Amino acid sequence: MARKNSETIILGVILLAVFGLMWALNGSQFVQFENLQSMAFQLPELGILSLAMMITMLTSGINLSIIASANLSAITAALILTNFVTPDANGIGPTAIAACAVAAGLLVSAIIGLLNGFLIAVVEVSPILATLGTMILVKGASIVLTRGYTLSGLPEPILFIGNGSVVGIPMPMIIFILCAAFMAVVLNHTPLGNYIYMIGSNPIACFFAGVNNTVVLFCTYLISGVYSGIAAMIMMSRFNSAKADYGESYLLMTVLASVLGGVSAAGGFGRVSGLVLALVILQLVSSGLNLLNVNPFLTIAIWGMILILVMVVNYLSARYQEAHPR
Amino acid sequence: MRRLWRYQETYVALVIVILSCAITLLNPNFLTLENLFDLLKSYTFLGILSIGVLFVLISGGIDISFTAVATVAVYTTMYVTLQHGGNMATVLLMSAAIGSSLGLINAMVIYFFNIPSIITTIATLNIYYGLLTVFSGGTWLYNMPEWFRRFAETNVISLVNPNGVPYGLSVIPLIWFAVILAAWVILRYTMLGRGIYALGGNLASAQRTGFNILALNLFVYSFMGLLAGIAGVVEVMLAQRVATNSMVGKELDVIAAVVLGGASLTGGVGTLWGTLLGVALVGIIGNGLTLMRISSYWYNVFIGLVIIVSVGVSAYRRKLQRRRKISIEVE
Repeated sequence: MARKNSETIILGVILLAVFGLMWALNGSQFVQFENLQSMAFQLPELGILSLAMMITMLTSGINLSIIASANLSAITAALILTNFVTPDANGIGPTAIAACAVAAGLLVSAIIGLLNGFLIAVVEVSPILATLGTMILVKGASIVLTRGYTLSGLPEPILFIGNGSVVGIPMPMIIFILCAAFMAVVLNHTPLGNYIYMIGSNPIACFFAGVNNTVVLFCTYLISGVYSGIAAMIMMSRFNSAKADYGESYLLMTVLASVLGGVSAAGGFGRVSGLVLALVILQLVSSGLNLLNVNPFLTIAIWGMILILVMVVNYLSARYQEAHPR
Repeated sequence: MRRLWRYQETYVALVIVILSCAITLLNPNFLTLENLFDLLKSYTFLGILSIGVLFVLISGGIDISFTAVATVAVYTTMYVTLQHGGNMATVLLMSAAIGSSLGLINAMVIYFFNIPSIITTIATLNIYYGLLTVFSGGTWLYNMPEWFRRFAETNVISLVNPNGVPYGLSVIPLIWFAVILAAWVILRYTMLGRGIYALGGNLASAQRTGFNILALNLFVYSFMGLLAGIAGVVEVMLAQRVATNSMVGKELDVIAAVVLGGASLTGGVGTLWGTLLGVALVGIIGNGLTLMRISSYWYNVFIGLVIIVSVGVSAYRRKLQRRRKISIEVE
């Protein structure tokens, strides 16, 4: 418990330090409403994808297929939208079709999640291999469907998901908060969440405690898949297009964000609150440097350095606590 | 004979034979020396990297950063060479040296701070690649020196096909062969090779047997970096330009090829032979699709299916074996 709290404290301190530093560097521009709002538009994509990554890492797995599956669900939805919503076909109502498209997109990502679950829980392939395979396969399907082109020009109702706001709060942020809250409830207040942590700590002990590991893993990868589908809808709506290779750099970033947020790579540890703190830190760094006109590639280098720094501090503080037991 | 069926390598070899027969039936051009030479040349880059990845996987770690290492190594090398001149030996040596020092950094972070290798190398991938793109401004280098171009176009064996078009075995695969030979000697005939297997098989036992864990870690990751440096030069030889973004993003494809060849991500398991088969399978699928006139859009679908089926089959067999063992214990 002490260790969990110390990680949250370290993250909180870093968060305040980064915020202070960026505020000092950028002046009042940094805390203006416009900047805060644009941050709130950018964070959710990576945030929801990171939640999708995190839940699999808690079971000591990983899901490399999240970006590929997000792209395939965006492409599915975009195909439905561009083929069925035409200016003269107002009979059915574009909103209804948009809803169908979103449902179809989420269905696709759920199916990919179930495929991952099947490979990992039933066939017992190691998660990194299973999802590497599905990643390549699903990306292949996206390329075949689009022939490598970009699908663009989506109708109005769908654009609200990524660009609209309700009482000043951006729609993507609302979706992210709902997703994070749902994940937190599942992990902390349901038996499923308990089992997820238990599998990550010790799958054999979990099995002998009478838990059906197969079902738990299926649920984990299903949730992960659906979350990548939700992220897909936001990405599609924000870019107003869908393509087979959008957002590929997000894949390693989600692992980075999860680990930064205190999710153990060996599984069993990690909380949604830590992940959210980590995401805010990353977003503050990238928005702050962006306002300073810093090369975006320097930003990703700095993200990498922050990750190593946090891991080193965690390691040293763990050693210190070992040497000075209270 | 029955022993053979226990190895994933056997299945991969079988798939390669069946696939080759099928492709040859549809297009006899597949089984020509010309196509083989071509394949060897275009898959040298993947082949060299896969050997580095094999070493890291055997030692029980993983390296994601090698594409960034390759880019940094070859970009710096060619930048210096374009300014100050050099020759083939200096280019290879310098690139390999830069690559192995970046690998050493990975190893030290992993060892001294006890950070999982996957996390360290994801972080260093971003750091190396990000800093390179900042300092280079993302500009590509063109106008490779004349001697560099001539070396890349050298053929060791020159032949003429029935249509009178000359072809030959390029010098590039020879670099790959040299790497294979070195790797084979290390893994099979040296204490170092045994140590790498021991490290991946069981860390505590390796330590108690007296292996120097730090030295082994330093070697494995710097060897990966060294091969990445060489592979970077090979990529530039083929393309005759240095791009900042042509390699990063391919790391999982290389790992997939190695894993197809039977290396295990939990460490201690993996053979050079299997890795070569894995690379061959990936190469033959890509080449075969072109020769069978199937659109290259299908490439990823096929590779993905092959990976899922092959890791699925071997995992399922292992599961059945485990189950058999458990039932014996219970009796």
